[in-house]
Amino acid sequence: MTWSEMQPLLSQACGDTLYMVGWSTLIAVAGGLPLGLLLVLTDKGGLLQNVVANKVTGQIVNIARSMPFIILMVALMGFTRTITGTTIGREAAIVPLAIGAVPFFARLVETAVREVDGGLVEAVQSMGGNTWTVVRKVLVPESLPSLISSTTTTVVALIGYSAMAGTVGAGGLGDIAIRYGYQRFETDLMWITVAILAVVISLIQFAGDWAARSLHRRGGRSGPAPKLRLLKTKEPTAADVSKVA
Amino acid sequence: MITTTGLTKVYRSRGREVTALDGVDLHVREGEVYGVIGQSGAGKSSLIRCVNLLERPTAGTVTVAGRDLTALAGRGPRAGRELRQARSRIGMVFQHFNLLSSRTVQDNVELPLEILGVSGRERSRKALDLLDLVGLTDKAKSYPAQLSGGQKQRVGIARALAGDPKVLLSDEATSALDPETTRSILQLLRDLNRQLGLTVLLITHEMDVVKSICDSAALMERGRIVESGTVGELLATPGSELAAALFPVGGEATGEDRTVVDVTFHGESSTQPVISQLSRTYNIDISILGAAIDTVGGLQIGRMRIELPGRYEDNVVPIGFLREQGLQIDVLLAEGAE
Ligand SMILES: Nc1ncnc2c1ncn2[C@@H]1O[C@H](COP(=O)(O)OP(=O)(O)O)[C@@H](O)[C@H]1O
Ligand SMILES: [Mg+2]
Repeated sequence: MTWSEMQPLLSQACGDTLYMVGWSTLIAVAGGLPLGLLLVLTDKGGLLQNVVANKVTGQIVNIARSMPFIILMVALMGFTRTITGTTIGREAAIVPLAIGAVPFFARLVETAVREVDGGLVEAVQSMGGNTWTVVRKVLVPESLPSLISSTTTTVVALIGYSAMAGTVGAGGLGDIAIRYGYQRFETDLMWITVAILAVVISLIQFAGDWAARSLHRRGGRSGPAPKLRLLKTKEPTAADVSKVA
Repeated sequence: MITTTGLTKVYRSRGREVTALDGVDLHVREGEVYGVIGQSGAGKSSLIRCVNLLERPTAGTVTVAGRDLTALAGRGPRAGRELRQARSRIGMVFQHFNLLSSRTVQDNVELPLEILGVSGRERSRKALDLLDLVGLTDKAKSYPAQLSGGQKQRVGIARALAGDPKVLLSDEATSALDPETTRSILQLLRDLNRQLGLTVLLITHEMDVVKSICDSAALMERGRIVESGTVGELLATPGSELAAALFPVGGEATGEDRTVVDVTFHGESSTQPVISQLSRTYNIDISILGAAIDTVGGLQIGRMRIELPGRYEDNVVPIGFLREQGLQIDVLLAEGAE
């Protein structure tokens, strides 16, 4: 296969991958961010404590997370058809990609938001802030560096999953590597695809790390407080209480 | 300004119950600095967190500036609009500052104003005024991570004042700071108390904090207030643990069959002539074990520990004489003695 033969294939594949990953990332963030916040807020001691809702949401997220992507894709075919009108092509692939990525991202959001010092939540409450204020002014901005890292991780994972979406005719770089490289022994094309994937993933990782780090450098920690669970009372650090009597 | 009646807080977790507050009656007058002192676990934080209802009391009432906050709280776990509004008029300062690391110093101070819905321009004017008040004008654009502990606490205080509160709650505000910085922060709180007429309720486990800025104090033990009053009242209370801790005098009895007496005097008067008079009148040798003079809560106070020969029974008359002179007398009984 000559370069002029490969070139249109590759640019089409790049476009397809970008399209699938871009849209599914957008949906994953839009769905996973509130879901992750909800997992934290409804937990015991959270601002919206609701044990039942927390358990149910947690279970759904776990099940969705443990489902292998290829199974998810098949299982969701009916649903995909009702939404996109087809089960084939890149639009159709976005549905299982996004649905797989929402709980994935939600768990990452949950972890990131739990890291936020509970004292900050209390501070905003003591100013008269409500739950929405806490989310907007504390939980999201304070965990932003971690949220950006989580997004990077999600994008990289989605690029991996999108290769499998090739099996429903969605195209993309992974699909080319499998169809031409593996099945038709076009080793050159396969290696070029792998190289492009490696470069793209490195670039995304680099950009994500840079963004997270530049935010972090600016902020840093606000005090020597250990990271506490939401809404936990703090003890004085000096253990030796000067004797009163 | 702050009144709690029968305040009780029981924490329940996994079937275990901890009574952190056990019927606390607290009364903080307008414009005073009130210190609550006690060892770790005594329930001090629970008390102050119940005052603005960050912690929901199990029983009892909290009234701040004439409003019954416990009545505003409603029954659900979430704070309703009225309670949140009341909270915005109560400033709170924390041990670990609790500043948002993602915001500049100025933006941190503006946060309560954002919550109150104050317009952008007014917010920044107010924030800069407050930073000026706490002496941090040049740090407005810095991030908390770039500040020292003392500076962070100043930001914390400026932020607590943003809502024009009448009351400032401070939970161990100086416990994470070194002694030098502690002094300057306490001085700032004292100044704000005087300048703005701010009522300050502060929690601490350090006696020095109470000694340097409090008008009144309470001692907490196992969820109860065991002593309370103005510093003057406490010092005048015979046998007051707080008074003894606020103003300690050393000295051990030199042997058995001795009576040790603490003599406390206020203001300008001196015990010296009284002691020599006592010695002459009753023809007894008096040894002075220790003496100190100090300023506590703005009051000048002296205390002397003296030793009289003989047991307490032998010294009833001389001790009566000292009492008659208007001095505060605490007789220290030997260990094991009745
Ligand atoms: N959120 C909580 N859940 C369970 N127990 C608590 C909680 N907060 C405080 N306690 C318990 O209540 C008691 C008083 O704690 P606290 O008010 O923090 O005391 P202090 O501030 O004087 O050290 C302690 O025994 C503590 O373990
Ligand atoms: Mg405490």
